[in-house]
Amino acid sequence: MAEYCRPAELGEALDLLAGGGWRILAGGTDLYPANAARDRLPGAVLDITGLDGLDGIGKQDGFWRIGAATRWSSLIGADLPPAFDGLKQAAAQIGAVQVQNMATIGGNLCNASPAADGVPVLLGLDARIEMASARGYREMPLAEFITGVRRTALAPDEIVTAVRIPDPGPAARSHFLKLGTRSYLVISIAMVHVMLIADPPGRVADARIAIGACSPVACRLSALERELIGHPFDTSLADRVREEHFAPLSPIDDVRATAAYRLEAAREMTRRAIAAIVAGGGRR
Amino acid sequence: MKLSFTLNGREVTVEADPRRRLSAVLREDLGERSVKSGCDAGDCGACTVLVDDRAVCSCMMASGQAAGRRVETVSALTLAEGMPGALQRSFLHHGAAQCGICTPGMLMAAEALLRRQPRPDERAVRDALGGVLCRCTGYRKIIAAVMDAHRFTDNGTTETGDAAAPVGAPLPRIDGVPKVLGSEVFGADIGDAGDLHIRVIRSPHARARFTFGDLEAFRQSLGAELILTAKDVPGRNLFGVIPPFADQPVFAEGQTRFRGEAVAAVVAASEVLENFDVDAFPVSWQELPAVSSSDEALNGDAPLLHEGRVGNVMARGRVRRGDADAALAAARHVAEGRFSTGFIEHAYIEPEAGYAVRRGDVLELHVCTQAPYMNRDDLAAILGVGADQVRVIATAVGGGFGSKLDLSVHPFLALAAWRLNRPVRMAYSRGESMASTTKRHPSEIALRIGTDAHGRLAGMVFDGIFNTGAYASWGPTVANRVPVHASGPYHIPNYRAETVAVHTNNPPAGAFRGFGVPQSAIAQECLFDELADMVGIDRLEFRILNALDNGMETVTGQVFTQGVGIRRCLEALRPRWRKALAAAAAANADGQSSIRRGVGVAGLWYGCGNTSLPNPSAMRVCLRADGRIVLFQGAVDIGQGANTVITQICAQALGLPVTAFELIGPDTARTPDAGKTSASRQTFISGKAAMLAGEKLRTKLLRLANVSAAAVLALESGRLIACEGGERHEIDLTALKADEDGFVAEASASYDPPTSPLDENGQGEPYACFGYGAHLVELEVDRDLGTVRLLGIAAAHDVGRAINPLLVAGQIDGGIAQGIGLALMEEYLPGRTENLHDYLIPTIGDVPPIEPLLIEEADAHGPYGAKGLGEHVLIATAPAILNAIRHATGARLRHLPATPDRVRAAIREAEATP
Ligand SMILES: Cc1cc2nc3c(=O)[nH]c(=O)nc-3n(C[C@H](O)[C@H](O)[C@H](O)COP(=O)(O)OP(=O)(O)OC[C@H]3O[C@@H](n4cnc5c(N)ncnc54)[C@H](O)[C@@H]3O)c2cc1C
Ligand code: FES
Ligand code: FES
Repeated sequence: MAEYCRPAELGEALDLLAGGGWRILAGGTDLYPANAARDRLPGAVLDITGLDGLDGIGKQDGFWRIGAATRWSSLIGADLPPAFDGLKQAAAQIGAVQVQNMATIGGNLCNASPAADGVPVLLGLDARIEMASARGYREMPLAEFITGVRRTALAPDEIVTAVRIPDPGPAARSHFLKLGTRSYLVISIAMVHVMLIADPPGRVADARIAIGACSPVACRLSALERELIGHPFDTSLADRVREEHFAPLSPIDDVRATAAYRLEAAREMTRRAIAAIVAGGGRR
Repeated sequence: MKLSFTLNGREVTVEADPRRRLSAVLREDLGERSVKSGCDAGDCGACTVLVDDRAVCSCMMASGQAAGRRVETVSALTLAEGMPGALQRSFLHHGAAQCGICTPGMLMAAEALLRRQPRPDERAVRDALGGVLCRCTGYRKIIAAVMDAHRFTDNGTTETGDAAAPVGAPLPRIDGVPKVLGSEVFGADIGDAGDLHIRVIRSPHARARFTFGDLEAFRQSLGAELILTAKDVPGRNLFGVIPPFADQPVFAEGQTRFRGEAVAAVVAASEVLENFDVDAFPVSWQELPAVSSSDEALNGDAPLLHEGRVGNVMARGRVRRGDADAALAAARHVAEGRFSTGFIEHAYIEPEAGYAVRRGDVLELHVCTQAPYMNRDDLAAILGVGADQVRVIATAVGGGFGSKLDLSVHPFLALAAWRLNRPVRMAYSRGESMASTTKRHPSEIALRIGTDAHGRLAGMVFDGIFNTGAYASWGPTVANRVPVHASGPYHIPNYRAETVAVHTNNPPAGAFRGFGVPQSAIAQECLFDELADMVGIDRLEFRILNALDNGMETVTGQVFTQGVGIRRCLEALRPRWRKALAAAAAANADGQSSIRRGVGVAGLWYGCGNTSLPNPSAMRVCLRADGRIVLFQGAVDIGQGANTVITQICAQALGLPVTAFELIGPDTARTPDAGKTSASRQTFISGKAAMLAGEKLRTKLLRLANVSAAAVLALESGRLIACEGGERHEIDLTALKADEDGFVAEASASYDPPTSPLDENGQGEPYACFGYGAHLVELEVDRDLGTVRLLGIAAAHDVGRAINPLLVAGQIDGGIAQGIGLALMEEYLPGRTENLHDYLIPTIGDVPPIEPLLIEEADAHGPYGAKGLGEHVLIATAPAILNAIRHATGARLRHLPATPDRVRAAIREAEATP
């Protein structure tokens, strides 16, 4: 078996995968650091960065489609509606420029780190993960795709082909906040993604709030989301955030921060993200 | 697989494994050694190259992905051979390269930006360079150089040091060109892919017994050349920077004392090592209970790390003056506190690396080191040969900060090359470097300080426990230095400071910029703020009131009649202090916002050279028949600028321009011993030796030309010209009798600063000179998140005489950046933060604008009045930051680093205690 393949056709990649024994390589920003003691990746490597149509952003049948091999730097400058502002804010804070130029959105999700910045954002956008194998395509919500710390529902013969996001509409606004101990190249202590949609009378029609790095897998705060819906879209909105809304979180103490601090910070950041969206005016 | 791409405009095809990281292919297969490797994990950016105009980390890119693309390294910026381009010249002009190991990556990240945006603002520069770490410069000069690059043209000339009066001139560093070209040769840049390599087998446990399986069978099955263990050390399996304390084995025998300690080494071709699985090495471990902290170590039941070091105590230090207890009992105000700091990693961007070759009966080692002579002596003992059979040549050093004084790769390289008689190379991985080399000592400090009703310091009692890890390294130095310095640059009549350095099963703690003094200064300067508040006087004025001055006694009873510059440093901050306080008051006036502004100040002093021990430096300077001056400069330049400063001093003494000089670098076979690069001694001591040697040579040249001391000298090709009273004398140097090296005149000199031993109460004259300084920090604290944003720092430093103000400013910026890290983010936890994404050092976005205020209170001993500076700059930053946080929020941070969670917890505590 060849030790490295970089096919151009998805079909070829899937056939190879069906044979078993491959490790998928995209931007390499998780894979190479994990092998820092060696100068090369061990085993058979299937490089997906040459596949036609695996990167790029488009809209189709009411869904936004982001190719799995799309780099974070392409997202930063992409022409997208304001619902994706949070995604762009996250993209611009992944590592630093060199990482953004290599790392892919698909890699971020497949790596499934509790601190992956892409996960809360895409959870908050109700993203669905499209996967392909020689057996065909399937799709599932991101919340089901990531099954635990560094675990996903991906089968060994599958490849993630795209992230599909139901169009949140022109009224949706989002904001992403990341907290770390230094300015660049920093793993999040906590991050928050908030998306709000205001209805014409100026009430919250929809709210989606997701927190990362405070549980094994980033999670949505559905109680808080319910709490916000129907309330006036004004400066009092952030005051509705209460401690019990954060019950789904189960942060840990680690080298970056204590669990207690993470909870408190997540709350404060959620307030601020909501306030930032309200200050931005909701419907523009 | 054949791989083709465009490299710096040229089509290249190379046989390479496409899974191999691009950085390795560029460095090893294509000889592009300008691509640096600091972590192989995307964390440092040293390997940054452009691929199709975009900056990427070549260590994370599969070389297969480069196929058909345009790859550019720093060589793409270079014009003709040896001619720096515009951006590179801006780097030189601004002093943006110190050690130079980060420079190629910085330049490429900047180039990617400048191609899109030729005149970027600061924000854009920070965003573009945020992925490249620099441990030396503090980034400010790099930002300036990138923003200013548009002013430079590709075909301008490179600035040279042709100043009439070299001392005091802000010359760009004389060794700067290779650093910006990427052609500088660091420890990993010698030798080629075909040389043998070494992989060290290290203990996975803090303390363990171990036994080997069949090593010879394993060696054969692997195809390795040699496996080294303790049995293969022909001389003494022991080393240490302070000979009476030497206690560290090259390879552990029977038991390991820290996680990461070497037990064996595999020497083999690089392909063999690439496939070698360290876990397959035949060694079995039996983990033993380990001593993890000083507290545990001092507990009577703890296992002893070293026989004969009772209670795990390695060394103690003490300074006693007056009656401190009585003074505290009688004091009107007393502040007290317990403070702690953790292990701090040096985190130079260049991991330890070197190259060794045996030449007949001489082992030749090229290595990144701060102490070639000390290394030579230790290696000779390890090999069991005479010191003249070991030659250590210092490569360029990609940052040292104290840790590259100790042996690291040296003994492995030396043993392998000696035994096999083949060239051997090795570079530590980042993880290995962090796990096995020395750290800053963790400290536990208990401190009480008292004043009278007017705020005059009355007494101080200091107790410091320093965790020195498994081996002595520089622990004794820390134990001795701290009691002498713990008073800070203030007059304290009654004083008792006691330290103990304690062994634990941790990596050895050694020298790190300041030898324990930064830790003690944090405690002392933080309590000073509390005292000032108790007394009810301004915090800066409190320090000025108590500042040492000429004619006053230090805590060791030393009286300087000249050169005490602390008062001037503090006073220099006064205008800015008042403005900053007013600005903070205005900003905080609304009381509502989560953002609170604060201002902090801290003072420092630091003795230059060894503590009460001789530490001479020698220099040799020669005139060659072709009219060039050759300086045998053995003081290692680790980025701080020794090459430039020492040359400037020598040039001044000779009365000749810096451009007349050629340097022969540190080489134990060629250069006289200029001692180690530590203790902030190279400008002060080696500089003085260079001055004396320069003066001697000048006298000889004057005699040669038969002119008086008033004559002006000049050199032209093969001729010495002396002008005096309108008369011009010309000496044909080629007609003079030259020695075998072609020198027609030479002079040597050495210098050892006067000190006296300390008595049992630590009384005496530990240093011939102290340097002084004070920092002012303005910052904002986000009360609800505990995050800190630095707004600006002013740093007043008494350097005696700024031999080169550009380099002084560079040292200040770099020291401050390390102080910021110490205060806010750095803590090394063995086994947990052995990489540069869990161990955080400041990035380009974490260092605010820095204003240097140079004070020149000349020192009578230093060359042209100069004092040391290298370590001083780090000392005041952290306490000034903590004092500003307390000013902003009332939070008292006593356990570092002050990470957001700790700051937030301290704010809560402050809010709870009215
Ligand atoms: C210095 C540095 C800083 C970083 N900072 C951040 C940060 O701030 N925030 C953050 O979230 N992350 C950060 N990361 C992590 C990393 O960059 C991201 O997770 C990135 O998005 C991973 O993408 P990649 O293409 O490089 O993945 P790769 O390393 O190529 O792959 C990662 C994993 O996903 C699998 N995979 C990749 N693509 C697919 C696919 N299409 N289908 C199936 N499997 C696939 C691979 O097999 C592998 O297991 C950082 C990394 C580095 C080195
Ligand atoms: S070596 Fe590539 S980022 Fe450090
Ligand atoms: S100059 Fe940047 S690391 Fe030394």
